Amino acid sequence: MTTKPFLEVKNLNVAFPTEDGVVQASNDISFTVARGETLAVVGESGSGKSVTSLAVMGLHNRKRTNISGQAFLNLDSGPVDVISADEEVVRKLRGKAMSMIFQDPMSALHPYYSIGNQLIEAWSLYNEGDKQAGKKRAIEMLDLVGIPDAAKRVDEYPHQFSGGMRQRVMIAMALINNPSLLIADEPTTALDVTVQSQILQLMRDMQKEFNMALILITHDLGVVAEVADRVNVMYAGKIVESGSAEDIYYRPDHPYSIGLLNSIPKIGELDSKRLIAIPGQPPSLISLPQGCSFRARCSFADRVPNNLCATAAPALDNKSSEHFSRCHLSEAELVKARKEIGGN
Amino acid sequence: MTQPVLKIEGLKKHFATTTGGAFSKSKAMVKAVDGVDLEIYPGQTIGLVGESGCGKTTAGRTILKLYEPTEGTITFEGRDITHLSPKEMKPLRSQMQMIFQDPFASLNPRHTVGTLIGAAFDIQGVTPEGGVEAEVQRLMKRVGLNPEHINRYPHEFSGGQRQRIGVARAIALKPKLIVADEPVSALDVSIQAQVVNLLEDLQDEFNMAYIFVAHDLSVVQHISDRVIVMYLGKVMEEADKVDLFTHPRHPYTKALLSAVPVADPIKGRKRERIILQGDLPSPVNPPAGCVFNTRCWKATDKCRTEVPQLLQIGTNHRIACHHPEN
Repeated sequence: MTTKPFLEVKNLNVAFPTEDGVVQASNDISFTVARGETLAVVGESGSGKSVTSLAVMGLHNRKRTNISGQAFLNLDSGPVDVISADEEVVRKLRGKAMSMIFQDPMSALHPYYSIGNQLIEAWSLYNEGDKQAGKKRAIEMLDLVGIPDAAKRVDEYPHQFSGGMRQRVMIAMALINNPSLLIADEPTTALDVTVQSQILQLMRDMQKEFNMALILITHDLGVVAEVADRVNVMYAGKIVESGSAEDIYYRPDHPYSIGLLNSIPKIGELDSKRLIAIPGQPPSLISLPQGCSFRARCSFADRVPNNLCATAAPALDNKSSEHFSRCHLSEAELVKARKEIGGN
Repeated sequence: MTQPVLKIEGLKKHFATTTGGAFSKSKAMVKAVDGVDLEIYPGQTIGLVGESGCGKTTAGRTILKLYEPTEGTITFEGRDITHLSPKEMKPLRSQMQMIFQDPFASLNPRHTVGTLIGAAFDIQGVTPEGGVEAEVQRLMKRVGLNPEHINRYPHEFSGGQRQRIGVARAIALKPKLIVADEPVSALDVSIQAQVVNLLEDLQDEFNMAYIFVAHDLSVVQHISDRVIVMYLGKVMEEADKVDLFTHPRHPYTKALLSAVPVADPIKGRKRERIILQGDLPSPVNPPAGCVFNTRCWKATDKCRTEVPQLLQIGTNHRIACHHPEN
């Protein structure tokens, strides 16, 4: 891509001081997303995927969170670093330049206000015009996200909508001011598969329509494979691998990515051979182990000379200009590892 | 052939509900489970799948008589248990156990792991060889927990470990049947495989029958021998696993399978997808005729008036559809 990416995150750290110690939730995160591009962020709970996005949206309480690093939005008027910018400046970017949709459409809408009123509120923040104009725009948006009979349903309340329909409303609300960046945090996790495929299709269509940069946070490797251009794999607060969807799925370079891909049963594979589980569980973010955070669960750590995995945290090194991973294993050992776990 | 562990015929569970507001007296019936047949043998796993609200969880619970069935019969090892009282059921409980979805809600936070797992012995009045504590520690070890943690409380464990506690509790009395209701859906991907493997190993060891209730079709495909697909309380299709996944005959099954995202960027994007329109209709007011007709692309007038019967269409393959796929 020749154009500048819309979002550039550089060395972002997010930590929460707690009674038990400092929780290092995001650790030295750097990535970019361009308009029209879909970046998927995968990882298990506690890996830092949501925390990172909330930092970009400026939704952490700055008094109780230690945030360092930079996150530039390259607006037409010039770049703005949302980490160092004034809260008031960030507030004015939210909903306009960048928008977010959340996992649970059941609790993200206010039960006392009609769908229309909630959409009009989002619209009127950045648009001049009376309520009628706002309502017209709300109906347009509901129509666009595939809500049948939008002119009538705009006056209904959230409880009258099903889960899938509410997620459509959330998408309509997020997009009502034509944002350049949309962050979707597990947008289909609470939905049934048949509704999930409707919503994924809708998000693809909307991305084209608005030429947005899309960050999709999910733990579902199937969803990632369907929609992502690029993938960041996160583990214990760090990006452990980053590459194109093809790189990650066909040439994974980190033992965690390799393990993750092989631990899921795949639809269509009918021989019930034993699943290859990743042993153990993720480390506590309060007392991260020295060296590589994945070491305790990694079957290949003993193949790295000089006990390096236990002493030095691997740096993000690039195998190619678009494919990075944090692992001490040599290329030859990686090829062997891929074969041993996955057989490919 | 051996005797089935459990045989269900025409099982129905209807719930009464009020419609039209909290003060209205008009009653409606939610037909959560509306006619399910099933036969399960030792060592077999039957997957019960469908979207939320299809009745799979209610079916699982009614089978264990956690709900009183509205109609139908439940036969456990040749004995009709349909109308047994809770007291009469008690001795049978050691034979049929349940594993729940949410490992955070299903363990009493005030009890230690030892008490939680040991409760099974107390309730049934059984003293295992070597005493309860030794047996609990043996069970903990078997499911992959550290036996030294016997005096810890549930909050000291991660989700995956808690689910292991739930599994240890369920297998404590060596049951013949376990109903597992979404046992891995609350767990992280890297932990899911651990628990699935554990369940499979234990099944091999004790020759237990599993009824595996889940919405994740890839997990069901992995673990089941037979699969029953439900929609709005009715069985749409029932077949051996390979048959169902390679050659689904009901349009709903076909759509459901095509909706599962494939973890392969090239294959996943190329495959044919059937995107169903709309949502699941309300179970209070299900469509007339075939319950799936409102979302089915093959629906005709016949489907809107006549309820399709669940009919045999091949060896061990049954579907309820007027216009089956080829």
